[in-house]
Amino acid sequence: MDDLNLAMRDRYRNNFLQEVEANVEEGEWAKMCMQCGVCSGSCPFGPHWDHPPQEIFMMIRANKREEVLSSTSMWLCTSCYNCIVRCPREIPITHIMHGLASYAQRLGLAPKEQPTRKFGLMFWDNIEKNGRVNESILGIKLYFMNGFKEGVKTAYKMAPVGWNMLRTKRFNPFALIPFLHKRCKKRSDIQAILRKAQQIENARTVRFGTAGG
Amino acid sequence: MVKKEYMFYPGCTAESLASGSNYMTSVESMCEVLDIQLNEIPDWNCCGASVGYVGGSELPRLALNARNLAIAEQVHPEQDVVATCAACWLGARETRDRLEEDNELMRETNEALAEAGLKYEAKQKVRHMVEVLIEDFGYEELQRHVKKPLDGVKIAGYVGCQTNRPFGIEGESFENPKYLDKFVETMGAEPVEKYDKKVSCCGGGLAFSEPEKSQALIKDIIEAAYDGGADMIVTPCPVCQMNVEIYQDQINQKYQTKFKMPVVYYSTLMAVAYGKSAKQAALGTQIIRAKQLEDIAGRK
Repeated sequence: MDDLNLAMRDRYRNNFLQEVEANVEEGEWAKMCMQCGVCSGSCPFGPHWDHPPQEIFMMIRANKREEVLSSTSMWLCTSCYNCIVRCPREIPITHIMHGLASYAQRLGLAPKEQPTRKFGLMFWDNIEKNGRVNESILGIKLYFMNGFKEGVKTAYKMAPVGWNMLRTKRFNPFALIPFLHKRCKKRSDIQAILRKAQQIENARTVRFGTAGG
Repeated sequence: MVKKEYMFYPGCTAESLASGSNYMTSVESMCEVLDIQLNEIPDWNCCGASVGYVGGSELPRLALNARNLAIAEQVHPEQDVVATCAACWLGARETRDRLEEDNELMRETNEALAEAGLKYEAKQKVRHMVEVLIEDFGYEELQRHVKKPLDGVKIAGYVGCQTNRPFGIEGESFENPKYLDKFVETMGAEPVEKYDKKVSCCGGGLAFSEPEKSQALIKDIIEAAYDGGADMIVTPCPVCQMNVEIYQDQINQKYQTKFKMPVVYYSTLMAVAYGKSAKQAALGTQIIRAKQLEDIAGRK
């Protein structure tokens, strides 16, 4: 991962915008931002972002590569799509924020302790293994993502919510027993598709990367 | 009317003993009355939802959704694909739209799908259940089946994000969509006219990873419903339903509020108004019971 980071940093030296355009989902739109700030004002978690979307766009153009890619900001996107529908330039901002976070993750620059990063990785791992996401397993894993001691505290705090879900038959305690929860039958098909898709995408990054350098 | 058939994508939250299993129960009851047959996509997989991007980048996520669509296309190419979950609909529809307009992405996706002997051609439309209700039936037809109007119940229509943005429902605005209020009216209940938080975000999947920040948003959503005089909230999204309902005790503790606001689905309202039993409408599966609906469902 670090190797990819160094390779990309060298390839796009002093031109982070070009790197974003080549390697980040919908990144070719980043230069279209006219700094009006509607996205930042429309974001439900906006006040919690160190750098709201408008600033991120400016930072990309100002070549602030490390600051952008190691920022916790994009990880606060709730996928509400407010920014997209309100942007006067119709920039797919939500996708770009996801794309930046995902790219930072691939390069190994994403902030390690960011909770949505951890949650998202567990979520995707659940999909890769089972084809479907199992809420019960994901929930329990999430409680314990910061270690056992924290986990016990969180589980204790969440116990009333868990009990309510159990009592209304919306939580499956048996899901915690391996092989008793619902999964896709053709899991190996799904894994093969995902593997291949990732291969194609990685090859594309390197190919465009070379051309861009 | 003749029976209408669709390929159906229930999604992970609709599984039995999952948080949105009660959505599924009420949808089935509603569909029985409207003579809708939902043909489940065989061996469907997760759409990746809002946080899938962390582990899955663009092409893997597109391929993941395209697998469902390719299977649906194989089974009944002439039927639309319908989802009840907002995230499933968003993921599937976005995949369809992007692949249809980008030949290179379509080619790459099919290269990945070929690993499982599948091919996708974007032959079918991808629609949300509320689109089916509005466009294939219409409010008048939906009203025709009402046996027990929901008289005297005032309901805040919480549309939320992903059934509204970025695609939304044809003919509706992003800032003030009216369809949920019209459903409420059609079923004989009274909609909250100016519901301030109608299209606000509940935190979505981040209610798990950022509970404090999300619960601050949820508090405002519930408070605005009380301000509008609502007896309950109705929503088309399983994540909205869960987030707005299940944390009310925690919010009460933190903010010294006394919230006890039931949160149900449009399909819950419809099942009750269509004369289904409390069990068929999945009443009793709410943490905060919708007593008025239980009373109506219990009436002979």
